[in-house]
Amino acid sequence: MSKNWWKILGAVLVIYTTVAGLLLGVPHLNILNETIRNLYFHVPMWFAMIVLFSISVFYSIKSLSSKSEIDDLRAVESINVGIVFGVLGLVTGAVWAKFTWGQYWSFDPKQNFAAISILLYFAYLVLRNAIDEEQKRAKISAIYNIFAFPMMVVLLFVLPRLQSSLHPGNGGNPGFNSYDLDSRMRAVFYPACLGWIIIGYWIYTIRFRIRSIENKQL
Amino acid sequence: MQLAKQVKQLIRKEMLLEWRSKYALNGVLLYVVSTVFVCYLSFISIEKITWNALFWIIMLFASINAVAKSFLQESKGRHLYIYTLVSPTALIIAKTIYNSLLMIGLTLIALLFYCLVFEFPETGDLLMYIIATVLGSLSFATIFTMVSAIASKAGNGGMLMAVLSFPIIIPVLILLIKLAKNAVDGLDRSVSLDDIGMVAIVNVLVMAVSLLLFPFLWRD
Repeated sequence: MSKNWWKILGAVLVIYTTVAGLLLGVPHLNILNETIRNLYFHVPMWFAMIVLFSISVFYSIKSLSSKSEIDDLRAVESINVGIVFGVLGLVTGAVWAKFTWGQYWSFDPKQNFAAISILLYFAYLVLRNAIDEEQKRAKISAIYNIFAFPMMVVLLFVLPRLQSSLHPGNGGNPGFNSYDLDSRMRAVFYPACLGWIIIGYWIYTIRFRIRSIENKQL
Repeated sequence: MQLAKQVKQLIRKEMLLEWRSKYALNGVLLYVVSTVFVCYLSFISIEKITWNALFWIIMLFASINAVAKSFLQESKGRHLYIYTLVSPTALIIAKTIYNSLLMIGLTLIALLFYCLVFEFPETGDLLMYIIATVLGSLSFATIFTMVSAIASKAGNGGMLMAVLSFPIIIPVLILLIKLAKNAVDGLDRSVSLDDIGMVAIVNVLVMAVSLLLFPFLWRD
């Protein structure tokens, strides 16, 4: 129990934010209407993805100095889970865009850059598959992972700000802060971020444990 | 001091090898010239925005071909030989400097020929465009040098090189195309200063990360 309290916390937070996110009141705005609730489901995906990719960079750096197989496994599994969250972020964003911008994919800079940053990590997985020898694979993929991370940060956080984008919070469009006058949305949004980050971390630990058991059996 | 000497020797070696065979320079030049000519035959006359985009696409593929050979074409034995002689930091610095020089030369010749075939837009700011292409060749050189090192260590060359480098080069390429478009449109130079700064920052970042990571990559 003392070890697993954070899993319960994560589950409770996600259940709370799913229910409250669909039921609690939100500001009424033109165009956005009820789609503003997507904030609770779309943005936490990206936060979870960033946290998971940061974990993987941490373990990649560690595996370069320790040369341990476990660190490499941790790095690749957190990327696997992070990619799932990234794809979910793209999908939730696309569904939202259908109702507000009129198209699932309108080649908005934010959409394009997010897709390219997912491509970076697909390239990482392709690189891993291209190398047979385990130690060499661990080393080279760790190096590519560390090399790609700053680029991902530039893609997601710097470049969309330089271009005109329809995405809320970009290019002069107001973010949710300015709508949320009575802090009703904050009460759901922050727990949602924390909850999804914990769930993402939990999935990653489970996947890591499965992979390490598989490796032992070989 | 040791490092500077090693870098100097390595750059000299690269240039000497290139001068003897003249393979990369002539090959890539011919590649650029024939691509531009094919584009001319299919486009005949082009709009300003296409003019800019076409130039960067040609340069992207030419530079991948030019820089990829820096690690991919050397044999394992030669890698081992170099490993025993010089420090990895010296090697990556030398390779990056040599590739930057090669790319700058190549891009300028390509730009000259491109302007001969497709006229430079009248409203354009040529000096600014040259600055953009020089910055572009520097970024191509720094990024592709490191990626070609990774691809050559991974063991299967060209395909991996493209897969690994495209997602990394796209953000830089977008910045460069924007910068170059400002120059083609003849906007005031102060507008582009932010973009120049941004490209420079990305370059410094890539260079710093390469310097830190290359010693790990080089040791087998």
